[in-house]
Amino acid sequence: MENRNILFGLYDDEQVLMDAVREAKEDDLDILDVYTPFPVHGLDPILGLAESRLHVVGFLFGCVGALTAFLGMSWIFTDEWPMIIGGKPYWSVPAFIPITFEITVLFASIGMVVVFYAVNGLTPRTHTEVLHPRITDDKFAIAFDTSHATEDEIKQLKSFFERSGAEVHIKE
Amino acid sequence: MSAIVSPVREPIVTGSKTYHQITEDICAPTEKAPNLMWVIAFGVAVTLMAFGVFCILWTIWFGIGTWNLNRTIGWGWDITNFVWWIGIGHAGTLISAILLIFRQKWRTGVNRAAEAMTIFAVLCAALFPGIHVGRIWLVFYFFPVPNTRGPLWVNFNSPLLWDLFAISTYFTVSLLFWYMGLIPDFATIRDRASGLRKKVYSVLSFGWVGSAKHWQRFESMALILAGLATPLVLSVHTIVSFDFATSVIPGWHTTIFPPYFVAGAIFSGFAMVLTLMIITRKVLKLEDYITIAHIEAMNKVILVTGTMVGVAYITELFVAWYSGYVYEQFAFLNRAFGIYWWAYFAMMACNVLSPQIFWFKKMRRNIFVTFLMSIFVNIGMWFERFVIIATTLARDYLPSSWSYYTPSWVEIGIFIGTLGIFFTMYLVFTRVAPVVAIAEVKSVLKSGGDQYLEVNKKEYLEVMENEVRKQKKQTVDA
Repeated sequence: MENRNILFGLYDDEQVLMDAVREAKEDDLDILDVYTPFPVHGLDPILGLAESRLHVVGFLFGCVGALTAFLGMSWIFTDEWPMIIGGKPYWSVPAFIPITFEITVLFASIGMVVVFYAVNGLTPRTHTEVLHPRITDDKFAIAFDTSHATEDEIKQLKSFFERSGAEVHIKE
Repeated sequence: MSAIVSPVREPIVTGSKTYHQITEDICAPTEKAPNLMWVIAFGVAVTLMAFGVFCILWTIWFGIGTWNLNRTIGWGWDITNFVWWIGIGHAGTLISAILLIFRQKWRTGVNRAAEAMTIFAVLCAALFPGIHVGRIWLVFYFFPVPNTRGPLWVNFNSPLLWDLFAISTYFTVSLLFWYMGLIPDFATIRDRASGLRKKVYSVLSFGWVGSAKHWQRFESMALILAGLATPLVLSVHTIVSFDFATSVIPGWHTTIFPPYFVAGAIFSGFAMVLTLMIITRKVLKLEDYITIAHIEAMNKVILVTGTMVGVAYITELFVAWYSGYVYEQFAFLNRAFGIYWWAYFAMMACNVLSPQIFWFKKMRRNIFVTFLMSIFVNIGMWFERFVIIATTLARDYLPSSWSYYTPSWVEIGIFIGTLGIFFTMYLVFTRVAPVVAIAEVKSVLKSGGDQYLEVNKKEYLEVMENEVRKQKKQTVDA
């Protein structure tokens, strides 16, 4: 992160932002990231972001949970310490369903949330540099990495921001 | 920009708010010293909590004998309170998960506080089974841990154990869901703060900056968690009802219990949400975000679930008669006209009759009536659990062991204490976290803000006109 120059423009409205992103994409500008105070619907396809695969993670963790619970209970009640309860068979499958379900949900949720924080690089100790304090408030930002940009490129970016109606800032 | 919103929709954000104003309004309570009302409320809540803790310690020190439970009535106020609190928790998940799936935008105004309420209520609930075991130092027997007792495992066939798993899962998932939603809002507070406050909120916000990819993953996860929480919340109260329904006690051994408990849980939960929201919106000046439209929507849920509960009560009576089974018939006759008749009639009046007032739009939109009703429903649902538990146990198979039960001061104290714990936590919550989900309200501003009403209406009519034209053209072409 050392010596990184970030040139960013602030927009007041998500619609203006979306138009600007579309324009930037058409001009083949290399967008570093877009920051918004709330999820802007319709932005992902314009930015070309692939769909999140978190649901796959959730499904896999859920499967692990279901197997853990069901196989665990089956092992305990048939092999490890068989017990007759209410004259039922040792392996009383219907009675295992509620716990299997709960553990499935538990594993899927915890797994997914942990993976979410991990892939986003979010932890209590993360200290990401805040480009502008109003980005989490009411401003929408498009950021470019200009660490290795030439004068011409910076000029091009600035004129792009001017055209699209942004307030230009530089963070060094 | 505008969205395609039906013009019959009422605004859910009033006062022509801008994005910045939303931030200002909702962050304000966390940024200034509390007012006198908050301090007084906090003092009262902490006092009640302290008394509750005292009563709990009393119970632990002297044992369950300090309660008035007896050989016949082994479950009294403790399990009544447990079920009551768990039920209250359900509204939070319903609002945040089920209404998310149904794309109900009004949920954004109340979901944050309702989820907080869920977490605090579940904590209060979890207390009761813990102390009810009597020897709390042996509470680890609940958990299937490898041990030196055999190894002797827990009974996985027992609904009481299912309950343990259900409630711990429910608590964990609710907490994760709630905290995930809080992260962007903590980031908002962080970027407004300075000094120590900034450091604290830096840690709490996990370094969130609102990157597009993060938001995409955030939304994707919110949706899946909601999808998981929806069956979860239904399962939790279903399993709570199994505690009773899988027994062989007439009056408990009923297949209608799961749906009836779930409806009752949502019913009582919404009542508690209304009780809290009506006060919160006034004290924290959030009337523009939690509007009369929100209150009306919640009152409709109360009317529906209250009526469902009423149908369930009547179905129970019908089935008892229709079964031709004298013990079942006696159990229900005893419930209505036995020694605890007053509890049954309090329940019927509060849960079934009084919500019918919400058939009138004027009443649904009246804050005073709503507040009063929410208190009635809270009381009524407490009585419902008491009726199910105490009246059934008081008259069991052997007339020689018939008994009566009134709570001791310790039991009353613990219940009051949980109210104290609940309100203490809620009051602290209103000071440290945004009570309304800031990011979510912003995302519905353009479809639900009052200043966009006309714009959206125009857009809507245009779209509809185009549709009609297209259809006409198709007919002509054909």
